[in-house]
This record gives sequence, C-alpha cells and structure tokens, in this order.
Amino acid sequence: MTVTLSINGEDLSVDALEGTPLLWVLRDRLGLTGTKFGCGVAQCGACTVHVNGLPRRSCVTPIDALNGADVTTIEGVAGPEADAVRNAWTEIDVPQCGYCQSGQIMTAVSLLQMNDDPSDEDIDQAMAGNLCRCATYMRIRAAIKNAAKEI
Amino acid sequence: MRKAQFVAKSIFVLAILGMAAACSPQSNAPTEPPASRGDAELRPLSDFDAFTDNESRADALFDEIGRVIQHPRCVNCHPRTDRPLQGEEGALHQPMVVRGAGGMGQPGMFCTTCHGAENYRNVPGNPAWRLAPAEMAWEGKSLSEICLQIKDEERNGGLSLMELGEHMAEDELVAYGWNPPAHLDRAPGDQESFGALFHAWIDAGAHCPSG
Repeated sequence: MTVTLSINGEDLSVDALEGTPLLWVLRDRLGLTGTKFGCGVAQCGACTVHVNGLPRRSCVTPIDALNGADVTTIEGVAGPEADAVRNAWTEIDVPQCGYCQSGQIMTAVSLLQMNDDPSDEDIDQAMAGNLCRCATYMRIRAAIKNAAKEI
Repeated sequence: MRKAQFVAKSIFVLAILGMAAACSPQSNAPTEPPASRGDAELRPLSDFDAFTDNESRADALFDEIGRVIQHPRCVNCHPRTDRPLQGEEGALHQPMVVRGAGGMGQPGMFCTTCHGAENYRNVPGNPAWRLAPAEMAWEGKSLSEICLQIKDEERNGGLSLMELGEHMAEDELVAYGWNPPAHLDRAPGDQESFGALFHAWIDAGAHCPSG
C-alpha cells in the first residue's frame, strides 16, 4: 500500500505493507535513525515522535493510519521550545549513554508546547512513559525547568 | 563495581533482545479480530420471561447486565483513582498515565500517545479512547452501588434512562468491550444483546438489586 504523508515538512509517498510500524519506515526506509527502537511495545518511549503536533510512540503506529499526517522526528523538531530544550540539554549535559534521549526530548518539547511553566508533577506525569536506563531523570527534570525559563 | 555494571548491562541487553524477539517481523501483521477467548454469551431476554413482577425481573436483568459492566474491559477505564487499569486482573496501567482533562491524559502523555483508532498488536485502540469521568468510577463498587450510580444524573453525565440505554447499545467506546486485541478477553455476548438487556431493565422499572 502507498501512504502519503509529511515527514519533517517534506511530502512523501511511502510504499509499505499494511501494519508496518512508522518506526521501521523512519529508520529503515528513510534513514532517520535518530528515533530509536527500544522495546517495540510502547513501554519505553525511545521511539517518540510527533504526529500532527502530538507525541506518539512510532513503534505502535501503523503506517496505514498516517495518510495525510504531519510527522516530526528528532531530526526535524524546531521552534522556540525545541531550541530551549536543546540549549538546556547541552548546558547541563543531560545524556549519559544517550539512547533514550531523542524520545525524552520529543516528549519534553511536546510538554513545553502545551505547558510553558510545568511543575515537577507535570514533568513527572509527562515523562513517565520515557524510560532512561542511566537514570538521568533528575537532570531531565532540571533541563525541562531551565528550558521553560528560556521560553 | 565493574562486575555490578557488567551484570546490569547484561540484564539490559537480554531484556532488549527479549523484547525485540517479541516484536519480530512475523508479528508485523495488523491485529486479527479477537479470538475465541472470553466468548461467553449473555442470557437471552426469553430467560427472564418467567418473572411475574417487574422488580424481580429488573433485578435479574441487572445481574446479567453486571457481567458486562463489571468485566475488566469496562472497569479498567472506570477506575477509582486517576490511573487506568489494564489486563484481566486490573493492574495499574503501565506506563503510568493519569486522567487529565477529558480523561485523555496529561500534556506529554496522552492516551493517544500510544492508543490509536484501532487495535494494533497488543495495544488496544478505539477512536474515542479515554477514561470515564471520576464520578463514574466502578472499580471496587458492588453491582448495586454501580446501578444506583448509573441512574443518578449527577454521576452519569446527565443522561436520562433512555439516553443511557442508547449509550450502552450504540456508543463506539462501549463497543470496544467486545473488540479488544486478541490477547484480552471480550465482554460476554455482544453490544446488541447487552443493549437489549439494558432496555429490558429500563422497561421493567430500572430497579437496582440490593446488596
């Protein structure tokens, strides 16, 4: 089947078997490997992208549900919230191994797009589905707070 | 210290491999229609013809209705806290997600972050996927308490009995109870027979069972 969608602002037609996860299209077809495969069952958040402006786990998103959709990945995320998050992440050196970080950043940007002054509870609830095996959670929370101040 | 790090890394790698195996290309097909698990039928309306008084008939009908209402496919999204439940045992939903505005989750972690309009592999889906409002909590309540709650317009979204009947018989999210992913049990019967029982209960006076 052919699915027509926008990825990082570029209109594309993708031929894929029905039920192919968006994550596989991003990584294997389009070479957008910034989005990571973690668990494959929407339990870790490493594959988080934005679909029509909202966070979405790409490992459990069938490509056939995305006709006409606007997909943003870590390679294409932009705007004041993304800039602030990037600066805050760099400033306090959030990542350790880094594997989960693109998912963390996509969720953090989404949170800040909807809430520019999140409390600790807001951050914890937003980020609860993004696991970090290096346990950088405290730095992630601090960076989101710093990013909110910059916005 | 190095040994501890090696063990931790090994466990992580094994876990990832295990999860990757569960997500092999062979499992890439869309979720098939539910299998035969939990396909128990609801009693037909004719089973309730023997009741000569409406109160007893309504009680018996609501007992049967309760097999659906108290089924995990329904109760899991009518929790007593702000966290949904999952599975046949009603475990707390993992990952953590909370009710939020309209029962849709919180910014950054909405229901739709994982749940789509249709089932996909093991992830349930429905176009209207959301938590029931807090005042409609069913978890931990007796069938009698749920019955009184359902009839109370302060706690049922302001629905009249007839509107409630239409909701049970026709609502698309209620329909999910009979269309979960294959690994989950379906609610007994089907939505049409459930709706018929509910309307028959209303016609019998909508009396709630005691106890």
